[in-house]
Amino acid sequence: MRKEVISAKDVKLSYGNFEALHGINLNFREKELTALIGPSGCGKSTFLRCLNRMNDDIENTTITGEILFDGQDIYSPKMDLVELRKDVGMVFQQPTPFPFSVYNNIAYGLRLAGVKDKDLIDQRVEESLKQAAIWNDVKDNLDRNAQAFSGGQQQRICIARALAVRPKVVLLDEPTSALDPISSSEIEETLLELKQSYTFIMVTHNLQQASRISDRTAFFMNGDLIEAGPTEQMFIAPDKQITSDYLNGRFG
Amino acid sequence: MNKKTDDLKQVVDQAIAEQKVPHVKLNKLGPTSVDIERLTQPSKETRQEYWGKGLTYCAIGLIIILVVSIIGFVGAHGLSTFFTDHVNVFHFLFSTDWDPSDGKNHVGAAAMIVTSFSVTLLSALVATPFAIAVALFMTEYTSKKGANFLQSVMELLVGIPSVVYGFLGLTIIVPVIRNLFGGTGFGILSATLVLFVMVLPTITSLTVDALKAVPKQFRQASAALGATHWQTIYKVVLRVATPRILTAVIFGMARAFGEALAVQMVIGNAVLMPYNLISPSATLTSQLTSQMGNTVMGTLPNNALWSLALLLLIMSLVFNFLVRLVGKKGQK
Repeated sequence: MRKEVISAKDVKLSYGNFEALHGINLNFREKELTALIGPSGCGKSTFLRCLNRMNDDIENTTITGEILFDGQDIYSPKMDLVELRKDVGMVFQQPTPFPFSVYNNIAYGLRLAGVKDKDLIDQRVEESLKQAAIWNDVKDNLDRNAQAFSGGQQQRICIARALAVRPKVVLLDEPTSALDPISSSEIEETLLELKQSYTFIMVTHNLQQASRISDRTAFFMNGDLIEAGPTEQMFIAPDKQITSDYLNGRFG
Repeated sequence: MNKKTDDLKQVVDQAIAEQKVPHVKLNKLGPTSVDIERLTQPSKETRQEYWGKGLTYCAIGLIIILVVSIIGFVGAHGLSTFFTDHVNVFHFLFSTDWDPSDGKNHVGAAAMIVTSFSVTLLSALVATPFAIAVALFMTEYTSKKGANFLQSVMELLVGIPSVVYGFLGLTIIVPVIRNLFGGTGFGILSATLVLFVMVLPTITSLTVDALKAVPKQFRQASAALGATHWQTIYKVVLRVATPRILTAVIFGMARAFGEALAVQMVIGNAVLMPYNLISPSATLTSQLTSQMGNTVMGTLPNNALWSLALLLLIMSLVFNFLVRLVGKKGQK
């Protein structure tokens, strides 16, 4: 069995008086792709954002429970937020390359980490762009503004940007929902390749996508984790009736 | 007319006869009962359209006439210094000898040009860091309440009439500078300090808009890569907002360049080339305000003042042009 990288214990989150997550217990294993699925507003994105503390910036949010990353509680006061986010990267729904050159986009995280060695940055930029399968499209245009590329290419640049700092875990918040089907399937292929070396946690609305590329699936509803397990088992023989109803499109 | 009406009827009837899928609207019309009046006359909505368009065009026409006549008037009087009174343009721009009542060889505006540009650039230079700091505080650090409070403070600063600023400068800044640096206390430094307070709200509020226009996703993406708040501000927010911040600075400079009354009260009003920041001098605008009552229309001294006005007009065009240029660069 693979090592557990992140484990969440009884995570509760509320915005003001509204409790959005009612105690989530979920573990994520190393070098696997876990898909979080569920109807809109079920708390799956909120939960994902807990994992690298992106909810910290939202006012009136209170989080209780424990999230361990490599055995460390990420919500303990001793946790260095900057270090955590270097280890737990994130790719968003909308492609968000900065309006800088491709090169500067990829090098951004490295420079933040204090890397000054030009050769190392060059090498990492090339490696990351290759990993995200965008190297051939941009290798002659590294100085071009990243926003001049197509949506799918921009999202790959964002994936490369997240990979450049060599995170252990990459959180993906509906990474393909703003893209056309061809770009989406290309990104899926890239993720299938990459999960040999990284741990991915992906929120998706696309059940087919979850079944195609994830190893494990977790089903959320109304702020509760209903069921989690190996993807095949979830899709063929879920434990709970409601999971089966959702997967068969009876609601949601 | 009758033939046209018949034609139209025929067309509708034919359409009714030929329809394959029953068409509700056509069937309602019924054969030969076509309301030709309604179909050939402009409807109420169309007439409203004409009205609205007409009103807009009238207003625009008036404004265009107004702008053209202002430019024409200022241009005609300003240029007559050079064409009627035969003042050399280069002499006007580069000589510091300003005494138009002594004849055409004493119309040199260089001292005023230099002073105008000095106070403009210096006040923008001093105000910009403060404006950026205040704008950053308002958009990034303080709560909504604090931002609203600061916003109203800035609006208050805009609302204070310039004569009050001048009075304050005359009463407080001029004596303080006289005591600190000697001299009379009048001069570029005093004007800069007064203008600093006056352009600060302009630059600040436009910079706030610039910072607010930076998409939230950039901040999130930067944070998710391990950037601290300050790193995000410094490396992403400010960089993305730079073209619009520059636009804000140029707007501030345009305001400083055009400000007359407050500057006139603290600059000293001596048309001399400033040799330091505390020597009395005069700007284009301050000279205009203080001298316009003392000249007779059509004479050289009067025309010379119109030339200063023309120069101000041209500079405001240049500022406008700069704003566009910077804005265009930002879009790329």
